[in-house]
Amino acid sequence: MSAHGQAPLHEDAAEAHHGHSNGHQAGHGTLKGYLIGFALSVILTAIPFWLVMGGVFDSKLLTAFMVMGLAVVQIVVHMVYFLHMNPRSEGGWTMMALLFTLVLVGITLAGSLWVMHHLNTNMMPMSPEMMKNMP
Amino acid sequence: MSQTQAQTDGPENGKLQFYVTEEHHPEGSTMLGFWLYLMSDCLIFAVLFATHGVLGRNYAAGPSPADLFDLPIVAINTAMLLFSSITYGFAMLQMERGAKAETLFWLGVTGIFGVIFLGLELYEFNHLIHEGAGPTRSAFLSSFFTLVGTHGLHVTFGIIWLITLMVQVGRRGLIEANKRRLMCLSMFWHFLDVVWIGVFSFVYLMGVLG
Repeated sequence: MSAHGQAPLHEDAAEAHHGHSNGHQAGHGTLKGYLIGFALSVILTAIPFWLVMGGVFDSKLLTAFMVMGLAVVQIVVHMVYFLHMNPRSEGGWTMMALLFTLVLVGITLAGSLWVMHHLNTNMMPMSPEMMKNMP
Repeated sequence: MSQTQAQTDGPENGKLQFYVTEEHHPEGSTMLGFWLYLMSDCLIFAVLFATHGVLGRNYAAGPSPADLFDLPIVAINTAMLLFSSITYGFAMLQMERGAKAETLFWLGVTGIFGVIFLGLELYEFNHLIHEGAGPTRSAFLSSFFTLVGTHGLHVTFGIIWLITLMVQVGRRGLIEANKRRLMCLSMFWHFLDVVWIGVFSFVYLMGVLG
């Protein structure tokens, strides 16, 4: 929003001011927003702890999927209600940075787990004698 | 307020126009810059999470998460961090109203929750090390201490930053610069809570699940 040489003056100044106050608003949130976020977070935290500590499901796989799924939902809740993420703040650049980071995080996590899992399964089985002679 | 027109004549008069950009503008980019820092911090944690994901099952015939972790303590810890998030939110709302005393009060409450969180975490670490489950015991424990310790270090610096800002606000009031700093710390603090969601889900709950 820097000064464009030939832009009509009043409009430019008004836009700059408007854009600024908009950014100001986006940074804070409201009491209602914080309380909604807090209530959702409490629920989304309590459920996975209950699932694991109470042993609700027999299937470990199902419990694991539930725990990770609820974690993702809670992260989104925090992003929206506490960090006030929205596609408009800072002209969309925070969202762009976030998406880029999420892609990198996804590649890092999935790539590491995938590659290392394959290395593990393709390792030559070790005998106890080999273990003893390990450096 | 960000731009001041030095000369009021329009371009049709053929005179030069000057636009003076005042220091008001960089405020917006501070938030974006701090957000970019948080994203790079996020990558650090992603790498540590990936390390734990790879090494988290390598117990070296030592204790497993189910033997070590005390989930009620983790639940209390999680609650402390969650409470501190909402109280920081209250502090931001009071800051917006311009109420200095209330802002300081909620910042103080946030700090207390943060200290309790840190104390419980240190207690847990101390307990583990005394049980012989220190970071050198197995690959699982190395990655566990690195990941959770890095998060704890972030919280420690967050608390130091919080105390610094409380002193700043106490001495200079809710000036524009202090508001900007409080907003940066707000993002930092909520970001730490987001990371903790990953920690308690992936490290503690999934670990105990086996």
